[in-house]
Amino acid sequence: MSNFEYASAPESKAIANIATSYGLFIGGKFVDPRKGKSFETINPATEEVLSKIGYADKLDVDLAVKSARSAFTKIWSKTPAKERGKYLYRIARILQERAREFAVVETLDNGKPIRESRDTDIPLAAAHFFYHAGWADKLEYAGFGNKPKPVGVVGQIIPWNFPLLMLAWKIAPALVAGNTVVLKPAETTPLTALLFAQVCQQAGLPESVVNIITGDGITGAALVNHPDINKVAFTGSTEVGKAIARSISATNKRATLELGGKAANLVFEDAAIDEAVEGIVNGIFFNQGHVCCAGSRLLVQENVADEVLEKLKARMSLIRVGDPMDKNTDLGAINSKEQLKRIHEITKSGDAEGANRWSPECKLPSKGFWYPPTIFTGVSQSHRIAREEIFGPVLSVLTFRTPAEGIEKANNTMYGLSAGIWSDKGAKILWAAKQLKAGVIWSNTFNKFDPASPFGGYKESGWGREGGRHGLSGYLKSDVKASK
Amino acid sequence: MSRIDVNKTYKLFIGGTFPRSESGRVYEIKGANKKFIANPALASRKDLRDAVVAAKSASSGWANATAFNRGQILYRIAEIMQGRSEQFIDEICLLEGVSNKAAKLQVEEAIDTWVWYSGWCDKLYSVSGSQNQVSGPFYNFTTPEALGVVAVFAESKPSLLGVVRTLAPVIAAGNSAVLIASESYPLPAITLSEVLATSDLPAGVVNVLTGKVSELAPWVGSHMEIDGVDVAGLSKKQEDEIKLVGADNLKRIHRFSATNHPERILSFMEHKTIWHPIGI
Repeated sequence: MSNFEYASAPESKAIANIATSYGLFIGGKFVDPRKGKSFETINPATEEVLSKIGYADKLDVDLAVKSARSAFTKIWSKTPAKERGKYLYRIARILQERAREFAVVETLDNGKPIRESRDTDIPLAAAHFFYHAGWADKLEYAGFGNKPKPVGVVGQIIPWNFPLLMLAWKIAPALVAGNTVVLKPAETTPLTALLFAQVCQQAGLPESVVNIITGDGITGAALVNHPDINKVAFTGSTEVGKAIARSISATNKRATLELGGKAANLVFEDAAIDEAVEGIVNGIFFNQGHVCCAGSRLLVQENVADEVLEKLKARMSLIRVGDPMDKNTDLGAINSKEQLKRIHEITKSGDAEGANRWSPECKLPSKGFWYPPTIFTGVSQSHRIAREEIFGPVLSVLTFRTPAEGIEKANNTMYGLSAGIWSDKGAKILWAAKQLKAGVIWSNTFNKFDPASPFGGYKESGWGREGGRHGLSGYLKSDVKASK
Repeated sequence: MSRIDVNKTYKLFIGGTFPRSESGRVYEIKGANKKFIANPALASRKDLRDAVVAAKSASSGWANATAFNRGQILYRIAEIMQGRSEQFIDEICLLEGVSNKAAKLQVEEAIDTWVWYSGWCDKLYSVSGSQNQVSGPFYNFTTPEALGVVAVFAESKPSLLGVVRTLAPVIAAGNSAVLIASESYPLPAITLSEVLATSDLPAGVVNVLTGKVSELAPWVGSHMEIDGVDVAGLSKKQEDEIKLVGADNLKRIHRFSATNHPERILSFMEHKTIWHPIGI
């Protein structure tokens, strides 16, 4: 192998221009938090501090919501739909112009490989704004009534795995439908959201239509519980999603929730094995496995299991783990110390419960947070590693004999976000796709995303869809659903 | 001496049969004229669990029946109801104390509601589904699917229409239902179940419980095999409580205005998006 090693190809940090500190983005300006508290955001690949970030407490949340409310009543609901759309087009274009800068900042703050932030996160985020921009003056044709109305002020809370992309998934449909927003990025990855605030300024977006407040779970809870928001849009863990559902149960607030997953990736005996192996790798190791829809349970038909595993191990040995800024890197840093701890904890349960661990030989950097690509074989359905979301580069491998057993095992989970099917038989794929209880089914592919394609889960993976025509409904008032 | 009427025993409807409550309990229903009408069953938690088991067992058969087939069965329900209109009219008059004319209008509207939702069964998919033009060589489409088991708290009044308006969209979607009848006006729901039992509707697709709504609601909220709830017949306070406990399995819980609308069907469906590469 050593003959074919890649030379390092580092992306430059110079383009990043990260300020030493950031305030909260309220009322179209960066303001200091009322109590002057702040926290640090670090590069998880090096543990160096990137910037000091304002911490929003209840008072700041209240200011942000008031500002969003006033923008909703006085400005945004009076802005003609066509013009709302044009602001979104502007935002999409500015994101494209500044794509390289955004990619670098995303990688520095998140730890994901620059190849992924450059080729996936940022272009998709821009595409999301561009796609939704066009809906602004066409909402009456979207199938949600002749006079679709916005919901009002939306509180949005996003995770750290795709910071800018999740922001786009939240803000684009909200704005296009005429809502104003208060968005809270994740504690460990606030930078691209703050950069996005500057994009809003550059785009001339009316002040207060978008407000961005940084903080932790307490900040998020204050936003969810603020009496003057009309809707909560949340992406994150099922545990927090349920807590949100409880805390709004006695209110008029609506919610869309994109929560956890434990996706089955089903490989049938008639699959094109080499392609399936690529798909398995993409399914679980993309973005360090920090993906709610990751194909974290591999279900292989028994008679091809040996072949699949052998090829999978060979392929995993070629995964390059290390500096996220290197354009050749496949697997970057784990986003935080806390997440790394969780991966260690749950994988140790895999060892203790009798599953067999395997990782290719790979040297992990001494600084930062790292976890090697890992598979567990001999996993049974009752093992924690087969039931709980690990949110790391860890794959649990199970086998099945008949297609019916494969489906049974695939559906044996409280989650229902996504699933994968690998087979060369069209009828079998459509049969399996119909049986699988999941909101997104990738057949002979995995982890594909598009603004035109609705995304969201069955069962405890959440409420509602994001993206596509279906995603709009979460931001429009219903004709027939009674509000309290 | 005039002939003595043969009165009906009002029982539960679970898995296609008409059992009494396992608890042996009943409660008294009086008409608008304060005279005794019947002692319907006072369903227990165990009856609810049995109803959910029946609904769950029926759910894949019903969800996987062709939409055309489901549509025909919903239409068949309307046909059978039409033939039994008089019985519903008498029951409504007795219970609600409304005029014969008003009861007749209610029954007709209930029958027409079945016909309306019958027609939706095979059209939802093209109205609510989509082919999505993604940026890449993929075929990508979205289609609605039944949620699973849905509990329906029927509206109290109008006593028959309040049942049909909530129940029809739920089963049109391909869900199985556990209907909790109105506590004060439960009889049309039971009579309706006699219609359902003879309309080719597979056993277990609809199960009907009568009893105390306040007793059953918390068990509905915490039952992990119930996927959705229409809270039409609940008070705001009961609705809040069911939303609180229903968060444990993220139940889809809705209240609708008293109108027929495809969103009533779609709210108890999930949208599934399927990707496949295009290429040779």
